Amino acid sequence: MVFKGARGMDVFLQQLINGITLGSIYGLIAIGYTMVFGIIGMVNFAHGDVFMVSAFVALIVFLILTTWLGLTSVALAIFIMLLVAMVFTSIVNWVIERVAYRPLRGSFRLAPLISAIGMSIFLSNFVQVTQGPRNKAIPPLVQGDFELLNDGTFSVNLSFKQLVIWVITAILLAAFWYLVAKTQLGRAQRACEQDQKMAALVGVDVDRTISMTFVIAAALAAVAGTMYVMYYGVVSFADGFTPGVKAFTAAVLGGIGSLPGAVVGGILIGLIETMWSAYFSIDYKDVAAFSVLAITLIFLPQGLFGRPDVEKV
Amino acid sequence: MAAASERPAVARALKDAGLTALMAFGLFLPLIGFLTVSNIRNELVLQTRFRLLLTVVAIIAGARLFFTLVIEPWSARRRALASHRPLALPRSFTRIFTPFAIGFVLVYPIIALAGAGFSGAAKWIDNFGIQVLIYIMLGWGLNIVVGLAGLLDLGYVAFYAVGSYSYALLALNFGFSFWILLPLAGILSAFWGILLGFPVLRLRGDYLAIVTLAFGEIIRIILINWVDLTNGYAGISSIPRPTFFGIPFNADDNGFAARFGFEFTPMHRIIFLYYVIVALALLTAYVTVRLRRLPVGRAWEALREDEIACRALGINTTNTKLTAFAMGAMFAGFAGSFFAARQGFISPESFTFLESATILSIVVLGGMGSQIGVAIAAVFMIGGTEIMRELDFLKRIFGDTFDPTQYRMLLFGFAMVVIMIWKPRGLISSREPSVFLKERKVISSELVKEGHG
Repeated sequence: MVFKGARGMDVFLQQLINGITLGSIYGLIAIGYTMVFGIIGMVNFAHGDVFMVSAFVALIVFLILTTWLGLTSVALAIFIMLLVAMVFTSIVNWVIERVAYRPLRGSFRLAPLISAIGMSIFLSNFVQVTQGPRNKAIPPLVQGDFELLNDGTFSVNLSFKQLVIWVITAILLAAFWYLVAKTQLGRAQRACEQDQKMAALVGVDVDRTISMTFVIAAALAAVAGTMYVMYYGVVSFADGFTPGVKAFTAAVLGGIGSLPGAVVGGILIGLIETMWSAYFSIDYKDVAAFSVLAITLIFLPQGLFGRPDVEKV
Repeated sequence: MAAASERPAVARALKDAGLTALMAFGLFLPLIGFLTVSNIRNELVLQTRFRLLLTVVAIIAGARLFFTLVIEPWSARRRALASHRPLALPRSFTRIFTPFAIGFVLVYPIIALAGAGFSGAAKWIDNFGIQVLIYIMLGWGLNIVVGLAGLLDLGYVAFYAVGSYSYALLALNFGFSFWILLPLAGILSAFWGILLGFPVLRLRGDYLAIVTLAFGEIIRIILINWVDLTNGYAGISSIPRPTFFGIPFNADDNGFAARFGFEFTPMHRIIFLYYVIVALALLTAYVTVRLRRLPVGRAWEALREDEIACRALGINTTNTKLTAFAMGAMFAGFAGSFFAARQGFISPESFTFLESATILSIVVLGGMGSQIGVAIAAVFMIGGTEIMRELDFLKRIFGDTFDPTQYRMLLFGFAMVVIMIWKPRGLISSREPSVFLKERKVISSELVKEGHG
């Protein structure tokens, strides 16, 4: 783990582009963690594996579209992949909440966490059993790039797929912001977050709101999953755990419970990871992300945008 | 009453099963209905498995039908009869069960030898007996941290790894014997427990869980990447095996067999290792039981119940938490060095998050704070998954390509969810008071709040 020496502006710029792309994916997953934690105070351990399942669904839809139906339009393919993955993953997460978490609501605190860990093990092994343990690779979906900078030895590129990821993330975040800030459902969600009993008293259907929270969380994870397949072109059954923990780190860094915090935290984690890979050591990039988690929690437990936890007797 | 109400019940159950089938079809369509395989040119192509999909859906719908028609009325009747209370073991049960269980554990190798013969017993003592006992010991160690002190630790395997690597590296590089390194590995792990425990003391509950998880992963990544010291992914092999207090288990003239006039067989070492882990596990249990009655043990349990009240009463919460972390880590270190000595080979693969989750689930499923519960859960979860390896007869039913070992972790995860829903407080959800005024009363663990961190 040695400092690889000062690099020029170009390396920095390239890593900035890569980091923001990776960070968008983390941010979208992190929203799921932060929403669920905000509303029922539970670390949804299986969320990373829900993301992995969505990536597999996107991959299968891609194969159906290209090898069976012979679809050639890339934009349409991405749209259908996103749509199917979002709908399917939402249903999966809705069922998971109904089956594994709802019976445990109001039970003691470790019960839903253990149930979620069990669900996480179940999901990743289910995919391993049904789809095999190998990495699944697909040909690149979007090719080509813009050359932003070239000094003869090193060129800074913004690939089209990165641009697509940025655009999709931005559109979905805007839609999501509208949903939470302006709609009936968003108001109900914020009410449940503050006080479930009071919300129920004024006529909010708490069960339905919590279910919808899981549905939205899954839909955003599915967007992340689809973009993960598009960006890396490879997915395996074990790919849920590490991105899941990193996205959780992002949620904690941004302040758990805070939605803008999750996005900012995600991008920060993405940047930390890519910069660490470029300037220090690629082997220890996960250590960097996990250390950030530990350091944040120790020195800034409420995160960047979170409200401090008041201790009451 | 029966005839009139039964027909709608059946109709409702059928409708319910139909809906379940529809739901299951939707859920399993992508992942079971389609299989992604690589073709000759290494491109990914799809195959369909609709027959398998329909079979799975039919099984699930059938199970749902059975559940609504048979299990639900039965459990409703039972609930109407008995008041809904957690399983509270009478004290006399514990008093009788414990000596019986210890006795069984002590004679288990003899039973295995008698039952499976000399060649078959190695599997049952080594893969089954020793494996389960390692997890019982780890469960009891983690029970100190989670069950007694209420600190949720998701990175417990890190200390197990420290113990293993301490033994392996010190034994290989300096040639120390197992009996010197066993306590040393425990001390080193306890030291790491304090080191990692110190910064996270202020955190509570879920946050603590996630930070300990991060620490566990950091240690594993370092073990993978610090190739000079740990040999990375390849792991460390030819770790010295433990000796019978200085006498090696080999076929030499001064080996165990020759010295004591036996015929040489590898079984000696297996049985010896079995009794070593039995002794270590019992030591863990004994120390825990005794510590609960010392001031520090009382402080742990008080801390679990209410940290603020603890501080108000003048308990040093920092020291209390650190001792819990250190004690738990020390037992993991013992278990780790035993693991390295038994395997003769260790690699970072043995210390993944899955191991931490397994140990934690054993503690929680067994009923936190309950020693017997943890032991029973370990036997079920680890023993159960080990027995999955033995189910070769299933190949005759499902065809030769069916491999039951693949489904071990799948069922393990499923079992975790099911047991949590069925008994959120664990299998044995009662505990004895550690302090009592006139008589001992078993209290339901509904009344104590564990795991608030």
